Amino acid sequence: MEIYVCIKRVADTSEVEIEVDRSGLALEEADFSWDINEWDNFAVEAAVQLKEQHGGTVTAITVGGEDDEEVLRRALAMGCDQALHCYDPAFEKADAWAIATILAAALKGRAIDLLLFGAVSADEGRGQVGGLVAGLLDLPLVSLATALTVDGAKAIVQHEVENGLERVREVDLPAVITVQTGINEPRYVSVRGIRKVAAMDIPVHGVAELGLAAENYASQTNRITLEELFLPPQGVGAQILEGSNEEMMNQLIQLLQENGGL
Amino acid sequence: MYDILGVSGAAVQTLLLLLAASALTYILRRRFGLLRLAAAEPRGGHWGERLRRLLVIGFGQARQPRYLVAGVLHIILFAGFLVLSLRSLSLMVEPYAPGFLSLGEPYATLKDWTGLLVLLSCVVAAWRRVVVKPARYHDRHASQSHTAEALLILGLIAVLMIADALIDGSFWLTGLSPNPPGEINLPAFWIHNTTILIFLCLLPLGKHFHVITALPNVFLSNLNPSGKIKPPSYSESNFDALESVGVSKLEDFTWKQTLDAYSCVDCGRCSDHCPAYATGTPLSPRMLSIKTRDAAYAAYPILGNIVPPQERPALVGETITDAELWSCTTCGACEEACPVMIEYIDRIVDMRRFLVDDGRLPAALQKPLAALEKRGNPYGKMARKRGEWVAEVAPGEVRILAPGESCEALYFTDSCAAFDPRVQQTAVAFANILTQAGVNTATLGAEEVDSGHEARRFGEEGLFMALREKNMEALESRSFQRIVTSDPHALNSLRNDYTIQQPVVHHSQVLAELLQAGKLPLQALADHRRYTFHDPCYLGRHNGEYQNPRSVLEAIPGIQTVEMERSRKRSFCCGGGSLNLFQETECDRRMGEMRVDMAADVGAEVVVTACPFCLVNLEDAVKTTGREGAMEIIDLAELVQRSINGAEQQPLEV
Repeated sequence: MEIYVCIKRVADTSEVEIEVDRSGLALEEADFSWDINEWDNFAVEAAVQLKEQHGGTVTAITVGGEDDEEVLRRALAMGCDQALHCYDPAFEKADAWAIATILAAALKGRAIDLLLFGAVSADEGRGQVGGLVAGLLDLPLVSLATALTVDGAKAIVQHEVENGLERVREVDLPAVITVQTGINEPRYVSVRGIRKVAAMDIPVHGVAELGLAAENYASQTNRITLEELFLPPQGVGAQILEGSNEEMMNQLIQLLQENGGL
Repeated sequence: MYDILGVSGAAVQTLLLLLAASALTYILRRRFGLLRLAAAEPRGGHWGERLRRLLVIGFGQARQPRYLVAGVLHIILFAGFLVLSLRSLSLMVEPYAPGFLSLGEPYATLKDWTGLLVLLSCVVAAWRRVVVKPARYHDRHASQSHTAEALLILGLIAVLMIADALIDGSFWLTGLSPNPPGEINLPAFWIHNTTILIFLCLLPLGKHFHVITALPNVFLSNLNPSGKIKPPSYSESNFDALESVGVSKLEDFTWKQTLDAYSCVDCGRCSDHCPAYATGTPLSPRMLSIKTRDAAYAAYPILGNIVPPQERPALVGETITDAELWSCTTCGACEEACPVMIEYIDRIVDMRRFLVDDGRLPAALQKPLAALEKRGNPYGKMARKRGEWVAEVAPGEVRILAPGESCEALYFTDSCAAFDPRVQQTAVAFANILTQAGVNTATLGAEEVDSGHEARRFGEEGLFMALREKNMEALESRSFQRIVTSDPHALNSLRNDYTIQQPVVHHSQVLAELLQAGKLPLQALADHRRYTFHDPCYLGRHNGEYQNPRSVLEAIPGIQTVEMERSRKRSFCCGGGSLNLFQETECDRRMGEMRVDMAADVGAEVVVTACPFCLVNLEDAVKTTGREGAMEIIDLAELVQRSINGAEQQPLEV
């Protein structure tokens, strides 16, 4: 089985004081630490587990800058067989649509049985790329998978739908599946594990290799333009109640009644 | 004189000896087959110290009397073995040359008394096995009881004692007057000489293998400090060049680790002292040895073929579960309790190394480990904030040491004291005391990363090495007279995992020095509460420091101290440091909760400790056991500062 898994390196913003930089279009990144998008980590694990059961190869792909190779190494350490780094200065600041077209160009013509994505990325959280790539490659899509098995030429997918419900579907392969967290328990990648794959060759494909228009690919392809980035203004009206538990409870009930909350 | 059924005594004895020798040689050969395949582990050198251990802990049975009844019984049985082995030898020689190995009248009296005592001990031991049944004998994780084996061996010993007594009519045992010279009880003689050979051949089949292996095990025991972790491999020093890491199958153990498993007596003292066992986690240290030994016996059977690894249950994962291995806090109570010096921590770490390499790390630990790698602390806090606590010390008194600069005392805080808001208070208190005493103190600030102490003990050797490299780089570019730390884990790591020229000392030792030098202006605490000192595992058991913190505590005027039953070497772990705080081990109770119960049992209202994790765990336990306001947990440095400030009893920290 030929499995492809598309992953992204995102910033870990926990414990960091978020600030917008001088351009007003990006965040101050000095304090960020970077790692694989959490959802993508589950997708890689799912891909590797399927390979371990059914044989075949897993290829990890990312679209990103030079440093983003780090997440491909990590995927190799988890058990992916090969990786592809779509990197070109012209890809800088690509939006979801541009990224999807780059991935589609990288995947076109390959024998794909299963194409996995994380359901959403932790940075902008739009959850678009998996679906867009499925459309571009004209493949069936199941999103937000919480369980995944493969039986012959079919995948059996349990996935989240509206109103907190889940449903089980069968889908013919090849197919695109976006993976929800909790679908498995991703294995740990040790420092030694990363070092063991340090020498593995990761091909880098830019506009030329992918057959894309060379100049300013991202800015020409992007469909979203970022106008301004700002922190939400501090709200007003927050109130901290004081006193014993009972007093605070009474104050709260009173406030809710006065303001129409009860 | 020894002829029986018309066959000459010498011939019968020769036949018995040949049979026993060939059986025993064969059995031992099979048993040691695994050891020949085992990984290397150097245990030579320091012969004087080895001999001392052999004499004190081996022949001297120094660790036995901690359990008084069982210990004394064992000492009698062991001494009996030594005394009576001479007698047995002489009886073996008898059929060839009667009277040749005559041992004289005083020895005859000694062996009679010994035989009587041994027989009585067998009766008491059997009675304990069958009637008393001390809780320690049965492990709740054990699938089979060793009572039958114990009774069989006790029975054989009893047969030997009785037969021996009957051979020439021991007065003490039989009440008979001694046989006339030259006359012996022939059946008793042959029963004795046959039984002893059967006994010998039975030893390597079960837990009584220790009769053969325990003394060598003590002689070859680990002479490194118990806080030092063995390297992943002794034969390949380049970690990255190793094909596989850690222990996943029997053959991956070092020969000493297998000998440890063979030497386990199933006495249960390790598990009786183990905080993980006491709190109902899946871990029981003795079962690690028993299960490893049983797996080794099954894979390398006396009869039949060796079972190849792929046809056995997985040693790590099935025989010994992941959860068992993650339950250990490496507190070392088991190793301290073992009468035959079996080592547990290295074995557990080696099996964890395999789990980490195999990616099998509990989900709860993955984030803190990633944070250690990316940000140098398990909390995921920003590295540049590591030194911010110094702002709380008297302004300008504690410097962040820049490369090339020098200081007297370099304070290595490690992550907990640097980032945990509660523990920062202890760092501030300690730094204040140092500066008030005129010690030129500095810290590394953002250039320091986690010592990696727990990362290494959780089996993530690669991460530990990366952290050590960063710290060494920072340390080597600065000059200082010594390193001081308030974290016993950092103390242990810097002493045992790092190679640092300057001395590394713990803050309790520094406080004791300042006290000696008259630089701690301690004032009375108007306090009628009872204080007790909780020994942190990595300060006490692993680094031998029990007295200095007590000296400081007792020097504070006006306070009354009391010792918990489990103190000093027998201290009970609070729940473990660093990464242990992120674990979600299945258990009945938390270790910290049991520990504050123990403090309450001796009427202590203030528990003084000298470790950031003890502080955090025990404070949590005070809350979860509903003792808020009734019991205070405080770090030694904070208490000293309180006393210097001459404060009236301060309100309890909440």
